[in-house]
Amino acid sequence: MEDDAPVIYGLEFQARALTAQTAETDSIRFLVGTQSLKFDNQIHIIDFDDENNIINKNVLLHQAGEIWHIGASPADKAVLTTCYNKTSDSRVVSCAAVWRMPSDWETGSHDSPDDSAHNPQTLELLCHLDDSPHGNAACVLWEPMGDGKRVISLADNHALLWDLHESSTQAKVSSTATLEGKGQLKFTSGKWSPHHNCSQLATANDTAIRGWDLRTMSQIYCIENAHGQLVRDLDFNPNRQYYLSSCGDDCKVKFWDVRNVQEPVKTLEEHSHWVWSVRYNHSHDQLVLTASSDSRLILSNMVSISSEPFGHLVDDEELSEGEENHQEDKGKEPLKDSVVSTYEEHEDSVYAAEWSSADPWLFASLSYDGRLVINRVPRALKYRILL
Amino acid sequence: MDGEALVSEDSGADRKRRVHGMLKLYYGLNEEGKAEEEAQSLDPCDINGPHFDPEHFLNKLRRECSLAELMDQETCMVKQIRSLDSDMQTLVYENYNKFISATDTIRKMKNDFKKMEDEMDCLSANMSAITEFSARISGTLQDQHAQITKLSGVHTLLRKLQFLFELPARLNKCLEMQAYAQAVRSHRLARCVLQQYSHLPSFKGIQDDCHDIMDKLAQELRQKFRDGGSSAKDLSECVELLLQLDEPAEELCDKFLSHARSRLESDLQGLEAEIRPYPYASAVKNASARRVSSPASLGSPADSSPKASAIFSPTSNTDILEFIDRGCNEFVSSLCLVITSYQELFVSHAQTGELASKNIPEMANGKLHTFVDDLAARYFSLVERRIQEEKGVGDNSLLVRALDRFHRRLQAVTKLLPGSTVPAKGTEIVIRAATERVKQYLAALQSFYMDSLTDVRQALATPRLSVAGASVGGGGGSSRDGPNSLPELLSSLSASILNQIKSVLASVHLFTAKDITFSNKPYFKGEFCSQGVRESLVVSFIKFICQCSRQFCETAGDKGGSTPPALLLLLSRLCLDYETSTISYILTLTDEQFLVQHHSPVTPVTTLCTEAREAAQKLLNHYVKVQGLIISQMLRKSVETRDWVNTIEPRNVRAVMKRVVEDTTSIDVQVGLLYEEGVRKAHSSDSSKRTFSVYSSSRQQARYAASYTPSAPMDTNLLSNIHKLFSERIDIFSSVEFNKVSVMTGIIKISLKTFLECVRLRTFGRYGLQQIQVDCHYLQMYLWRFVSDENLVHFLLDEIVGSSAHRCLDPAPMEQSVIEVICERG
Repeated sequence: MEDDAPVIYGLEFQARALTAQTAETDSIRFLVGTQSLKFDNQIHIIDFDDENNIINKNVLLHQAGEIWHIGASPADKAVLTTCYNKTSDSRVVSCAAVWRMPSDWETGSHDSPDDSAHNPQTLELLCHLDDSPHGNAACVLWEPMGDGKRVISLADNHALLWDLHESSTQAKVSSTATLEGKGQLKFTSGKWSPHHNCSQLATANDTAIRGWDLRTMSQIYCIENAHGQLVRDLDFNPNRQYYLSSCGDDCKVKFWDVRNVQEPVKTLEEHSHWVWSVRYNHSHDQLVLTASSDSRLILSNMVSISSEPFGHLVDDEELSEGEENHQEDKGKEPLKDSVVSTYEEHEDSVYAAEWSSADPWLFASLSYDGRLVINRVPRALKYRILL
Repeated sequence: MDGEALVSEDSGADRKRRVHGMLKLYYGLNEEGKAEEEAQSLDPCDINGPHFDPEHFLNKLRRECSLAELMDQETCMVKQIRSLDSDMQTLVYENYNKFISATDTIRKMKNDFKKMEDEMDCLSANMSAITEFSARISGTLQDQHAQITKLSGVHTLLRKLQFLFELPARLNKCLEMQAYAQAVRSHRLARCVLQQYSHLPSFKGIQDDCHDIMDKLAQELRQKFRDGGSSAKDLSECVELLLQLDEPAEELCDKFLSHARSRLESDLQGLEAEIRPYPYASAVKNASARRVSSPASLGSPADSSPKASAIFSPTSNTDILEFIDRGCNEFVSSLCLVITSYQELFVSHAQTGELASKNIPEMANGKLHTFVDDLAARYFSLVERRIQEEKGVGDNSLLVRALDRFHRRLQAVTKLLPGSTVPAKGTEIVIRAATERVKQYLAALQSFYMDSLTDVRQALATPRLSVAGASVGGGGGSSRDGPNSLPELLSSLSASILNQIKSVLASVHLFTAKDITFSNKPYFKGEFCSQGVRESLVVSFIKFICQCSRQFCETAGDKGGSTPPALLLLLSRLCLDYETSTISYILTLTDEQFLVQHHSPVTPVTTLCTEAREAAQKLLNHYVKVQGLIISQMLRKSVETRDWVNTIEPRNVRAVMKRVVEDTTSIDVQVGLLYEEGVRKAHSSDSSKRTFSVYSSSRQQARYAASYTPSAPMDTNLLSNIHKLFSERIDIFSSVEFNKVSVMTGIIKISLKTFLECVRLRTFGRYGLQQIQVDCHYLQMYLWRFVSDENLVHFLLDEIVGSSAHRCLDPAPMEQSVIEVICERG
């Protein structure tokens, strides 16, 4: 079985921000935000045509500043948030805002793709998540699987829970949590847990990982020294509610059970430089994607700590019909925890990697030089998981 | 025959023999010289040979000799013939004389024999007369003889009867005098008779009396037996007497054994008292009681400190040799005594007597075995408890000697009781003690290792301040002279470990010494050497060292570098040394000392070496990581905390960069103390290197300038992209080689990559970019010399400058000449 070759797309600018369009489940679509200090920044909407292996791109202008983080609304395809740097009076300020894509971006691009490149449409600002009193925004998190009404923004040492009103044109802080401690504490990253009725948040600051209860806005757990150095990213296992993965500057990827935070459940040490991003596959949580500044992307198969480990019978209700039929034959060879493959298409640090929300076997990765690579899970593995 | 005497001038005796021989030949009596003659005889000219042909001889003479010779020959021959003739005559005459005298003798003998015959006749007549007389005398004495016989019979009977009648009195007297043995002997003599004639009233009376007395005697004996105060010899005498009195043997066995048991148990209790009893309170009491008796601490019996020390050092009670000695002398020897006397009494004695039929020896033997096993088991448990208390590993010889004595003394039991399991169990105890000892030594080695690591740690910590200070001032060159410099620490650590191993091996070697009785047991010859010493001591220790070192990497990685990096470096070198030489040396030493015959598979040297090498590699990698991290942190803080947009125009190299270079230099010195230089790619000369950097930076700057035109945003990083295309991918946290250059390359790679990543997260103003340029140039000036491939440094620094130019709001690079001036001034 020949695996399809990776598809590469080059952006003109350097870029760090990448997300899948969460609300879009029919077509494979990623959003990329660029970083340029001199030119108008752009949001590239990358559509991937799975059958023809072709990329279609659309560009929207994001004139507010260079994009550090991007998040797509889980409810409305057209709504997204960005964290961006604004320079004014030789001061650099990080802001966050909610945007709406112009409604006709799609038609415009199909009619005349050349035009869109020359005359890109501009994003429509819905509202600022104006947290300037609270400092610089690091990232904005949408409520997972929510109705697109609630977001959390992390700014310096504050976590702010916002309610969006009137089709997201107004944002109000409903509650805040503050990280107390010595020195200048700063959230570097966070993740809204899809479990427990979306009432939990995990954040990373320096080498620690903290869990928060959003109802009381209080800390519920803390993993001190989760990594030897800075923690760069977090992700929740989509199926196992207490499992959390983290990555950081010690080149390690760690898997935690938040009920017992003394020791990680598992540690991966495959990268040779800082790991910037870790992502669970949304459907098959044994597949874990990690991106690192050693210019590599690694896909690992963590069977032993997944929700469908070998020999474990998953409840029938949880399985779709097709999966159920094949579940019995799965017991041929046990799969071990292993690196599935290492992708070396990038030539600069890879800061982001995302799974597609439409196709669970497809993922994109973005390196600093603006190269976006779309890859698939190797077919052999795919069939082994399915069959 | 006519030419017989060819050589007549021989000596007399010779001649006689020759003549004799001739005669013999003539008469056909052949001697052994026959073969010789046969050889001569074939010659027809030999005048003495049987085949002599006179014709032929004459012809020959006539042909060969001159006339004179013939004449001589003739006279000679005539002379010889004449002498032969006279010889013959003499012989004939002699023979005749002899014959005559023989005839005379025979005649004389005939006369003598006739006279003798007459005398013999006379003798036989006399003898018959004597016989007749004697028959007549015995006939007359017959009656009297019968009477005398009868009388003497009656006399004996009467004496016997008298003995019987006197018996009760005599027995009583014996009883009074406590001459039990005599009483029993007397009674035994009379017993059968009394039994036989017991139907007669008078005898019955005597018998009853005797019975009473003997019962009393038996009672007394039993009493004596029971009292137990008597010695083993007395006791056995008692038993012997009782046995003769038909006491039931089984009961006696039991009694004998129980009595012996009580005495042996008192021995055991004595031993037990020596051991620290389990409840500590009584130990304290014991110990303090001991203390009171010893004059040294007489003054402070109530003081609690000696008690405490007594608890924590049980050996202060009595040392193990003393204990075992006591056990041997008291328990084992009396056990042996019991066994001997018991066997004498019940087994060997009974086999000869009437008791043998009742299966008594078997019964007795069985009882003895259970008895011995039981007591020995208790003894062993005591000994084992005592051995277990022997925890101090200082002097092994005492324990070995104690064990040897213990084992040796048990051999006596083997001799006495061939089927007993006691010696085997004893050997097991020795084996267990030996294995336990090996374990203790392993633990001691391990703790010694940990202790020496702590020492090293302290040694590293104390002079570190001065080293750091010195290195800040003078490039770190002076740290070499410190008393605790790394190579010295390494060699002292390595030597002390080796010494410790050697001393432990020597101690353990005592177990297999020639003069130790148990050393020739198969266990000590084979398994103890290979499995015990080699595997569970030496190999385990080496594995422990490796494992321990590896743990340093793991814990330190998570908990944020609690291990000083110098220790990591030192351990890495230690492991590497182990891999190259020490392991094989230690194992060869062990194999030589213990003559290990590898019956069971043992860990090969290569496995251990691989393990050590892995550990060394891991430690060195970790060292690189930790050192890289320290420098990275400095760089990261310096980039993160500064406001790069609103910075002033650079006048100096930032202090942190100088610090980075200083630290790198001191790391370089540190690594250089332990690792070789290693290979680096051929350097271009110093000046050319600088021009290269100038060239590349200026080219890049030209590119940034060009990137103002909006048409070509892609070109901005073209150069670096092209560079990347042709250069190999750089693995930042990759494995390093065991040399200085590789280590330094690793550390610098990590640091610069961190610098790059941090720069990319910031936004710069014009002067910010210029500051980075200055800093990078400064780094370039100093760091190239540490790495294997200077292009690597160039590439990374160019990346940094390039990235900061990208992140710059107003990218106006500084003139290269200005940069150089600033750097050289700083």
